[in-house]
Amino acid sequence: MMGDRPNPPRAMSSAATTSPSVDKVDGFSRKSVRKAKQKRSQSSSQFRSQDKPIELTPLPLLKDVPAQEQPELFLKKLQQCCTVFDFMDTLSDLKMKEYKRSTLNELVDYVTVSRGYLTEQAYPEVVKMVSHNIFRTLPPSDSNEFDPEEDEPTLEASWPHLQLVYEFFIRFLESQEFQPSIAKKYIDQKFVLQLLELFDSEDPRERDYLKTVLHRIYGKFLGLRAFIRKQINNIFLRFVYETEHFNGVAELLEILGSIINGFALPLKAEHKQFLVKVLIPLHTVRSLSLFHAQLAYCIVQFLEKDPTLTEPVIRGLLKFWPKTCSQKEVMYLGELEEILDVIEPTQFVKIQEPLFKQISRCVSSPHFQVAERALYYWNNEYIMSLIEENSSVILPIMFSSLYRISKEHWNPAIVALVYNVLKAFMEMNSTLFDELTASYKSDRQREKKKEKEREELWKKLEDLELKRGLRSDGIIPT
Amino acid sequence: AVQSSGKSTSADGDDSLYPIAVLIDELRNEDVQLRLNSIKKLSTIALALGVERTRTELLPFLTDTIYDEDEVLLALAEQLGNFTMLVGGPEYVHCLLPPLESLATVEETVVRDKAVESLRKISQEHSPVDLEVHFEPLVKRLASGDWFTSRTSACGLFSVCYPRVSSTVKAEIRQHFRTLCSDDTPMVRRAAASKLGEFAKVLELDYVKSDIISLFTALASDEQDSVRLLAVEACVSIATLLPQEDLETLVMPTLRQAAEDKSWRVRYMVADKFSELQKAVGPEITKNDLVPAFQNLLKDCEAEVRAAAANKVKGKRLNIMLPFIRLIQYTNQHVKSALASVIMGLSTILGKDNTIEHLLPLFLAQLKDECPEVRLNIISNLDCVNEVIGIRQLSQSLLPAIVELAEDAKWRVRLAIIEYMPLLAGQLGVEFFDEKLNTLCMAWLIDHVYAIREAATCNLMKLVEKFGAEWAQNTIVPKVLGMANDPNYLHRMTTLFCINALSEACGQEITTKQMLPVVLKMSNDQVANVRFNVAKSLQKIGPVLDNNALQTEVKPVLEKLASDQDMDVKYFAQEAISVLPLA
Repeated sequence: MMGDRPNPPRAMSSAATTSPSVDKVDGFSRKSVRKAKQKRSQSSSQFRSQDKPIELTPLPLLKDVPAQEQPELFLKKLQQCCTVFDFMDTLSDLKMKEYKRSTLNELVDYVTVSRGYLTEQAYPEVVKMVSHNIFRTLPPSDSNEFDPEEDEPTLEASWPHLQLVYEFFIRFLESQEFQPSIAKKYIDQKFVLQLLELFDSEDPRERDYLKTVLHRIYGKFLGLRAFIRKQINNIFLRFVYETEHFNGVAELLEILGSIINGFALPLKAEHKQFLVKVLIPLHTVRSLSLFHAQLAYCIVQFLEKDPTLTEPVIRGLLKFWPKTCSQKEVMYLGELEEILDVIEPTQFVKIQEPLFKQISRCVSSPHFQVAERALYYWNNEYIMSLIEENSSVILPIMFSSLYRISKEHWNPAIVALVYNVLKAFMEMNSTLFDELTASYKSDRQREKKKEKEREELWKKLEDLELKRGLRSDGIIPT
Repeated sequence: AVQSSGKSTSADGDDSLYPIAVLIDELRNEDVQLRLNSIKKLSTIALALGVERTRTELLPFLTDTIYDEDEVLLALAEQLGNFTMLVGGPEYVHCLLPPLESLATVEETVVRDKAVESLRKISQEHSPVDLEVHFEPLVKRLASGDWFTSRTSACGLFSVCYPRVSSTVKAEIRQHFRTLCSDDTPMVRRAAASKLGEFAKVLELDYVKSDIISLFTALASDEQDSVRLLAVEACVSIATLLPQEDLETLVMPTLRQAAEDKSWRVRYMVADKFSELQKAVGPEITKNDLVPAFQNLLKDCEAEVRAAAANKVKGKRLNIMLPFIRLIQYTNQHVKSALASVIMGLSTILGKDNTIEHLLPLFLAQLKDECPEVRLNIISNLDCVNEVIGIRQLSQSLLPAIVELAEDAKWRVRLAIIEYMPLLAGQLGVEFFDEKLNTLCMAWLIDHVYAIREAATCNLMKLVEKFGAEWAQNTIVPKVLGMANDPNYLHRMTTLFCINALSEACGQEITTKQMLPVVLKMSNDQVANVRFNVAKSLQKIGPVLDNNALQTEVKPVLEKLASDQDMDVKYFAQEAISVLPLA
């Protein structure tokens, strides 16, 4: 159930097909052509100026001492590696930095190859060394308006050491000698909490390592699983409702994708709540494009586990449907198609009305990419078959939009697509189609009449408000 | 559900005209916008129904159908805060609690906050009895809700009911607040921490000492820095409430710890709240404790913290702060933007000699700072320095800084520097400008970001206003008109936008002879967007042209455009025809 690395292939490929087609006369260049400023690097926020240089006493290589002395030396080396250097100062402690780097390299090799190195005393020392190096307060983001799509991420200055520490830790967790029953004393809730906070790192290389680390911990420490899920919950909720800022959302979702895959059936209430109250609201975030593929993958995973969740999921998406952001609308439409790809006909029937009301709005969007994306549904055979089975419900919902834009849309490509859709409907249910065509005009007139009635009603109400306000005994609404 | 028929019991004849079903249909309309409009006029609907039916029919309906778009819910939450008279006055105000209670549990923060705000408002309209019978139980329900949203909402309601309830209920409220301060969801702890100060203010002093201080200490050492930093805010209120002799033991250890917190966000908060903290703890503690802490914050390893601290420098006595300012320069590589903006202002206070001696070296160093905001802040405040020492002292260092900002990868930085161009041009003079800055101004016209092109256009207009039409004719107009042949239609449109902006400043002669022919020629452009902008341009520059040019040149072109195959081109051409005196 726990795959090697969570990999959402379908979500990825669908994101690729939705990429906007480029208009020939488009004068916009997609990316900045300006020379990007040299990548800045930043170090953790923990350094106060260090006054004295750091001295570490060089130790012999592990392979150069007799086997029985190795565990002792291993511990000593771990202790040495707890020393953290200031990488913003590129000139300080050069020799010692190099010494630590080679020691870390040696440790990585040692835990990969050696047998019998992992004594019980080693566990706390390993965790201590890793904690000292990786746990730190992340520095402030470069500026408030950091745009992850446009700006270069700030890279971690201490990466030459940090990478090796992560590498070492992963090898340690994956080592055959590794015993979770001993390690759980040291890799505890507090450890995990700090680990999760690091996912906010701006450095994508670090987040990638963290993903693997967290995945391993989730796999090996059964006692921490619920806690990890809950904390991810909190991170997401904070991200959605409080800050809108967290760099590691895509990575966390990727891990969740494979966690969801492993959920036992029937799904627990906790998991359903996570889907409805956390994953669905994640769609509202401004930076959705950065993690949408992973998010859609998680959603589809849930639906494949339990098809009865289809209705709440689709209703949730409809509730949060983007009002002004066409780019996001295109993403929603892509995700909806992924959902429809796996939907069961019985579930489809439950949701078809509100769903197609929205699709009808999308089809008539003045933004041609939105309209086009929605009209592409009619190229999907499975969706077509569902529409055909329910044409008596769907056709009346779609008809007026289609009919109107076939005459009015500014983009000729859209008009052509709409003609095809209308043709398809005509072939599906020609009697209904003819009826709708015949009644189109009178329907419009009825709508207009209703509109007028509404206006009159409100006018009367306002008159009444004035009247009552004037003779009021204190009833003057604000 | 609400039924309309045969329920018109009110003596008021108007009611029968407005069956609730019709009104509720409006509230249920499929179109969100219409629904939103109806909710915004909820008071009108309530007025039409009268107080009794509002209570018995409208409010239950609103309570039951709370599932809607957040925007609608927000409007509803706001409306209900002003509904007391519409349900029959304070006697019935508790009828508003059920819908607001549901709204206080929704996920979306703005809706919830608005519901809490309305609840706080109407809590004042409850009699003490109603407060205990209706309001306080609601607070308790929220405080023990399953999902974090209701518990966060509860945090904002304790302080409004506490002063007006009996001592037993008071004890319960204190207990609920304590529980929420140690909630296992950080969102709830944050909400509790942010209301800690407010709650402390309504508590009796003994309870402040016994309850609040321990909560404060616990929140200030929370595992999450987002909670700890809120405790710093509470610190201000709490310190104000306590007698001076208790501050040292009850508050200061926590505050000292916050000033040295391992998270920069917490230290930032201390720096940011420094003035308030100083006032709250009084002069003695400030001198002994806060000033040394403040000095450390000015030297903090994070720029954000230093900036917040530096922002507070201006208010302090200068003779104390001047050494600090220099100190920062020597101990730190990058002095950050906030300080930059503040020290420019200092020059007027310090006078010419002091400015040259103490501040000028700093200005020059900051113009080379690696952070664009720092450089921008110096440049944007140049006028202060100009008044005191004259800009020439700076111009050599200024130029490289400007050029680099002009090409910064972030468009907002470029935008900011463009906005200072007219000011700089005015201070540096036309020669310096032509020699060094003109090319920059033209390059912005073909920036790939629209906002930059737009700002560049506006900039040209301001420059022409400064340097005159003749200057425009020689240096700017030829280049602008040249872009009309650019293969990129966005650049061609920029020509039109420039002409719109410049025609008035350049006058009739240049507009008629040089600009108009180009505009007219562009009416044949293959891109519709260019063509309708031609129509818009003609409308814009029409008033500058003489009647002859309008009749013989503009009119035929607009008429041609008015029969263009593109809808928008037609529209704008017709608009121009109707606005301009062409008849």
